[in-house]
Amino acid sequence: MSDKSEYFIVRDQNIYEVVIGLEVHAQVTSNSKLFSSSSTKFGAEPNTQVSLVDAAFPGMLPVINEFCVKQAIKTGIGLKAKINNKSVFDRKNYFYADLPQGYQISQYKYPIVGEGNVTLDMPNGQKKIGIERLHLEQDAGKSIHDIDPNSTLVDLNRSGVALMEIVSKPDLRSPDEVNAFIKKLRSIMRYLGTCDGNMQEGSLRADVNVSVRKKGSKDLGTRCEIKNVNSIKFMQMAIAYEANRQVDLIEEGKKIDQETRLFDTKKNETRSMRSKEDAHDYRYFPDPDLLPLEIDDEYINKIKLEIPELPDEKKKRFIDKFNLTSYEATILVSDIETSKYFEEVIKDSDVKLSTNWITGELFALLNEKGLDISDSPISSKNLSKLINFIKDGTISGKIAKTIFEIMAEKDEDPEKIINEKGLKQESNPEELEKLIDQILNDNRDKVTEYKSGKDKLFGFFVGQAMKVSGGKANPKLLNEILKTKLIK
Amino acid sequence: MSEIPSLTLYELIKNIKEKKISSNEAAKSFIDRAERSKKLNTYVTDNFENCLKLSKQFDNRPNFDLKLPGIPIAVKDLFCTTDVRTTAGSNILNNFIPTYESTVTQNIWNEGGILLGKLNCDEFAMGSSNETSFFGNVQNPISKDLVPGGSSGGSSAALAANLTPITIGTDTGGSIRQPASFTGTVGLKPTYGSCSRYGIVAFASSLDQAGPMSKDVKDCSILLEVISSFDKKDSTSIDFKRNNYSKELTNNIKGLKIGIPKEYRIDGMPDEIEKLWQKGIEYAKECGAEIIDISLPHTSYALPTYYIVAPAEASSNLARYDGVKYGFRSSGENLIDMYEKTRSEGFGEEVKRRIMIGTYVLSSGYYDAYYLKAQKVRQLIKKDFDDAYNKVDAILTPSTPSSAFKIGEKSSDPVSMYLNDIFTVPVNLAGLPGISIPAGTDKNNYPLGLQIIGKPFDEQTVLNIAYSMEEKINYKNNICDWWIK
Repeated sequence: MSDKSEYFIVRDQNIYEVVIGLEVHAQVTSNSKLFSSSSTKFGAEPNTQVSLVDAAFPGMLPVINEFCVKQAIKTGIGLKAKINNKSVFDRKNYFYADLPQGYQISQYKYPIVGEGNVTLDMPNGQKKIGIERLHLEQDAGKSIHDIDPNSTLVDLNRSGVALMEIVSKPDLRSPDEVNAFIKKLRSIMRYLGTCDGNMQEGSLRADVNVSVRKKGSKDLGTRCEIKNVNSIKFMQMAIAYEANRQVDLIEEGKKIDQETRLFDTKKNETRSMRSKEDAHDYRYFPDPDLLPLEIDDEYINKIKLEIPELPDEKKKRFIDKFNLTSYEATILVSDIETSKYFEEVIKDSDVKLSTNWITGELFALLNEKGLDISDSPISSKNLSKLINFIKDGTISGKIAKTIFEIMAEKDEDPEKIINEKGLKQESNPEELEKLIDQILNDNRDKVTEYKSGKDKLFGFFVGQAMKVSGGKANPKLLNEILKTKLIK
Repeated sequence: MSEIPSLTLYELIKNIKEKKISSNEAAKSFIDRAERSKKLNTYVTDNFENCLKLSKQFDNRPNFDLKLPGIPIAVKDLFCTTDVRTTAGSNILNNFIPTYESTVTQNIWNEGGILLGKLNCDEFAMGSSNETSFFGNVQNPISKDLVPGGSSGGSSAALAANLTPITIGTDTGGSIRQPASFTGTVGLKPTYGSCSRYGIVAFASSLDQAGPMSKDVKDCSILLEVISSFDKKDSTSIDFKRNNYSKELTNNIKGLKIGIPKEYRIDGMPDEIEKLWQKGIEYAKECGAEIIDISLPHTSYALPTYYIVAPAEASSNLARYDGVKYGFRSSGENLIDMYEKTRSEGFGEEVKRRIMIGTYVLSSGYYDAYYLKAQKVRQLIKKDFDDAYNKVDAILTPSTPSSAFKIGEKSSDPVSMYLNDIFTVPVNLAGLPGISIPAGTDKNNYPLGLQIIGKPFDEQTVLNIAYSMEEKINYKNNICDWWIK
């Protein structure tokens, strides 16, 4: 049905392309809410982080949190987008128990950030995905239906927390691209420190717009919006289900209704939530409690100076400066903490060895333990030391792996481990000579065989020497001495 | 002690500073009079006990450097007051006791004012006669069964009846100036952004402004000085240099140019209003002002514009009253049923009417035709004033197209009620300062007011003209205390 790079749905003679656009809701990293000074810390007791503004008490007024505005601008810059000098906060009116004001303060016609783009690294090359806009808005509270059998409980801790809604253009064509897009977006925001991207805590969730069309068609099909999907896996499952559902309808000669759907994660299917006719009339209008947000270029330029090197630029630098392959660089920059770790290690260590050890042993270890690199049991400093011991011949690669395993248990200085366990590589020629003499002496028959032409036995002598030395013999030196001894 | 309530604020402050009257004596005399004035229905909630206590505390440790030293003051029940019930004249906030204080009232307490109680008003300040209040209509002390105007009707009535030396109201379309006009008192709506809206129950956010209501212009300037302040808690508050209004108050307005807008001569305007206006023009001339005819071409669109913008904002501002978090809650089968019952029972007819209008004009398909168009017209109305102010320093108009009417006379005809705001509404739409001062009476001896409209942030000129004209007009309310027997 699909190869590595392309995703199509095939029915008999017909090949369908899937068109996907995302509306990503990213919680702004900020200690306080968008229009109040309440804390935004996750996991607090219900209704303990609620100000009079958040609970919409009479006469309470929103006051914009400048830090959140700055975070949105930073994100906009990270998305290579236009920052609008003037944007407007609007009220989106609807009734719900967890929406205390009876409206959500959002941005409708004039968002803070305009068009931009994100570059994806796909197996068949790079692909640019357009960004339509980014706007700031308030999150709602939470309605909890499963604690009390008779009533719905409301927790307003989340009410008023700042969200960035990032809307992509309908440029995505497969679940894999959606995966890459979300990951890239998250990576950029984590580099910028504007959103922690934690999907379990709901810091990142998305509405997914899906439509299908015959391959080659230029017109967009009727789309359905799948609301509030909170993991990449569910997004991919929902898209696959929804695209196939739509194709089936077309194949049956039926019409696709534009509607809002929900993804049932247990049944792995989408189902209708409301049709276009039932869509809310949100009665957007500019919030008269807030003035238009005016941002001058000087302010934007100042923020630009605070923008760190972003994944795309970092990747290019890693390739140019350190001679990494595109694949290695992509892996090392995908997460800002990984790239930091890498750069710390290579400060004093060989780049090639460091790359191999980080992407090999360290990643395997983290994977096995289910840890983020920021919680790595082995510090960058100690890994760097270990790599230097390999490089200068103090230990062999094999011994290094043993030491690495010890370090994984407790983050100890590899030098200490080497000394304590006597793992230092034997590189003294005299000592090696003694050791070799001993082996040759104990295996005279094999020496005779070797000298009569059985070259393969060379490996046997190396093996014996290693065994006797406990793996510590310097292999290069061992080879040299052994060769001269066997010629004699 | 019996004459304390009839003193002006300025006189009362003087007496308190000279220790001729104590704060406690003043409080007692106002409370005593209020107890005998229940027929007026001015108070929704009194704070008498606490007021007596606080006035005693003031007397024990007086601070005469304050601008309102130990002065008892009643305020409109739209200002949130800590630990004192705040209803906005509505059933839906019938049981609401704030834990916080509005900036405007806080400014008053900071200067030594003491809360007497909360004054009746139209529900959510929507009304021009105080008849929409859940707590019943208010009697105008001028004459029995006469409305005191609205929405700050409790405030104007309490002031005219000498139940408070001074008071504050809020003005969205005329809610300070019209009741002032109906009761022979002074009411000022400051420039939008002068007085913080923080802690004031919102009606229409882009129009609402708090302002002083007083017995004369000097008192008005003293209170404006206290309540006008920049407030970071209100994003629409403006940080401009505020005058020492009472200190800089002068009756010398020689050479000031006062505009007379021809469009305010509306069809069907009673003769006596026209005469009052003419008289006002003569007074202004006598004061040394130069009278200039001006045009405000979009005036006739102001009222329809206002009745789109204000209900639109109100429909959204009042969405928070849903019975979930505070205030009145009716029981329902489910969430939607609870909402519907709470809001049907909690809101009165006029509020519901405006919520419906506001919801309609913001609805998709109607937004462009109503709300957006109204916003454009609002800009044109603003521009009319900008253009006029290239030629004049202030504008003189009648405050209302008629004097106070009888209770019940217009309550079944909302449009004729809305017409009351015809001269005051443009001022709110343009965000300008405007004052109403008593200037004469009609054939029934009911008071009539004149309005002076100023440039943005030029409250001083507005006050000076009013002060100067007040002297010439020399209006005296003739109230016979008919309700006290």
